[in-house]
Amino acid sequence: MSSIIKETSRATHNGVFPSNEVMLDLKQLKKVYPTPKGDYVVLEDLNLQIRKEEFVTIIGHSGCGKTTMLSMIAGLNEISGGHISVLGKHIKGPGPDRGVIFQAPSLMPWMTSLQNVLLGVNQVFPDATKAQRNDIAKYYLQKVGLEDAFNKKASDLSQGMQQRVGIARAFAIKPKVLLLDEPFGMLDSLTRGELQDTLIEIWNKEKITAVMITHDVDEAIFLADRVVMMTSGPKAKIGDILDINFERPRTRKAVLENDNYYEYRKHLIDFLEH
Amino acid sequence: MKQSITLGKVTKFMGLGFLSTLKDLFTGKLGKEDFKNFLRKAVVPLASILLFIGLWHAGAKALYNREANFKIEKALTDQGETAAEAMRACIASGDVSCKPNTLPSPGQVWDSYKSLLRDHNIISADKAAFIQKTAALNAKRIAAGKAAITYTGRPSFIDQIIMSLKTVFAGFLLALVIAIPLGIFIGLSPTLKSAFNWFIQIFKPVSPVVWYLLVFMIVKTILIDSNDDSSFIISFISVGLCSMWATLVNTAMGVSSVDKDYINVAKVLKLGPFQKVFKVILPSSLPLIFTGLKITLSVAWMVLIAIELLAQSPGLGLFVWEEFQNGANDSNSKIIVAMFVIGIIGFLLDRIMLTIQNAVSFDKNEGI
Repeated sequence: MSSIIKETSRATHNGVFPSNEVMLDLKQLKKVYPTPKGDYVVLEDLNLQIRKEEFVTIIGHSGCGKTTMLSMIAGLNEISGGHISVLGKHIKGPGPDRGVIFQAPSLMPWMTSLQNVLLGVNQVFPDATKAQRNDIAKYYLQKVGLEDAFNKKASDLSQGMQQRVGIARAFAIKPKVLLLDEPFGMLDSLTRGELQDTLIEIWNKEKITAVMITHDVDEAIFLADRVVMMTSGPKAKIGDILDINFERPRTRKAVLENDNYYEYRKHLIDFLEH
Repeated sequence: MKQSITLGKVTKFMGLGFLSTLKDLFTGKLGKEDFKNFLRKAVVPLASILLFIGLWHAGAKALYNREANFKIEKALTDQGETAAEAMRACIASGDVSCKPNTLPSPGQVWDSYKSLLRDHNIISADKAAFIQKTAALNAKRIAAGKAAITYTGRPSFIDQIIMSLKTVFAGFLLALVIAIPLGIFIGLSPTLKSAFNWFIQIFKPVSPVVWYLLVFMIVKTILIDSNDDSSFIISFISVGLCSMWATLVNTAMGVSSVDKDYINVAKVLKLGPFQKVFKVILPSSLPLIFTGLKITLSVAWMVLIAIELLAQSPGLGLFVWEEFQNGANDSNSKIIVAMFVIGIIGFLLDRIMLTIQNAVSFDKNEGI
């Protein structure tokens, strides 16, 4: 069983997808931080292709450069070498075509949840009427289960609810790529499970290409079409890629009962322990 | 989601939480749980006020006796037994000519307070009568294109408080109008920050007296052809310039230290510079801006007294100075009344700022 997984993963790893299938393309990506003791190379020779409507999770040890890579894709961190392109176009700086859900909810605490979502919506749909923009924001807040909290101040919401608003805000701007930097890392495991369900439910509808960093092996498997494993830094790159062949929509129960689940899990843990 | 407004909420919002505890005491709503809280919040402050008044009374009495004894001793050594007896009798009778002039007791201060109020009532009645008397004449004068006759009598204590408040608000508004925009620009641009830093560091510690003289030099020349009294203008500008630094520094700091997450959100959403400043940077630096404004207002109120005194601009500062120069037998207690009025108004101004802050800013403060 284990050998089958390895073969498929090697095939994807080496394979280059046809360019019309690729949403996000990272080529020869390099990140260097100059330090007084010389350059510190965080990422080097990193190649990764992510297809349209794909959900990819990225797993690796702390400090290996996952967040650096994600913030480079978001455009918040300068690229030292190589390039990143979305639908064949090289990115320059941040933009609403790449929505980000940060680790901390990063809501403006002085705004209500509706205003927080509208902040992005107003920016992306400047030609829509006020009512239309309100409808969009409300639709996504409903989708994340916050229909009763439109007018609550962000600072009055629990962490889990704040991150729900964060999810609504990211989806509401209809990005081409959704970047998630350990969005559930600060939540307790019960809330985390609920939010994973919410995220995957809304993602099933919208099918936005998603790249998500996580430390949680189970989360990585449950959500992803492919799990990308990064080697430890410095000079981190893609170590291995694992295809997750579960049917969608998935339920937690069905995933846990699938025999492959434990093979996948073992594969990931083996990688992380070496 | 309508929320009912209760006294408790309002007083807590304004940083006057002890008032609602007092109300609970009188309405008998105080549970056993709250008793400790009540002791701490109402009984202890009241006890400390009583202790303060007691100490003050004892101290004033001791000072009074010291001066009285000294006067009697002096009469004894200089003029002999009968003069000393006369002096003792004179002091005991409370006659103005020989009354010891020292720290007044709480009772004397309270009497002066009442006499100042009486004085105010007399003056305002006088003023009302004057206005009524001159109303017909003034109407004619205005119709004829002449200036109306105005009341030129002595201002009462209350009038002086109002004038001081006017000066402080004008100065505070000036500080606000200069310091907040400047602080925002300095906070946003590291270049401007280094351009202005020396300027702030040098001018911040300059004393109110020097500011006054500087403003005096400039305003005097600018208004050289005007007959109007420029003392109000000079004093409010000096107050503004003295007090604006805290707001300037706090605004710049607040703006330059906005949470990086918020800035990232603004970047990802590609907010324009205008939106970035007004939707993200300003709201998030409001708590620090308000801290600055609160310091500015209290500094303005503090330096006001000194500046009014120098500028001979009517107000509490001038009142204190004139009473001191006056040396009448109740001057000392009037000065103490002014001291308390200044202190209480300063406290109320701080609470007003706190109320405004709680209304507009996202972080809630209860005040100290």
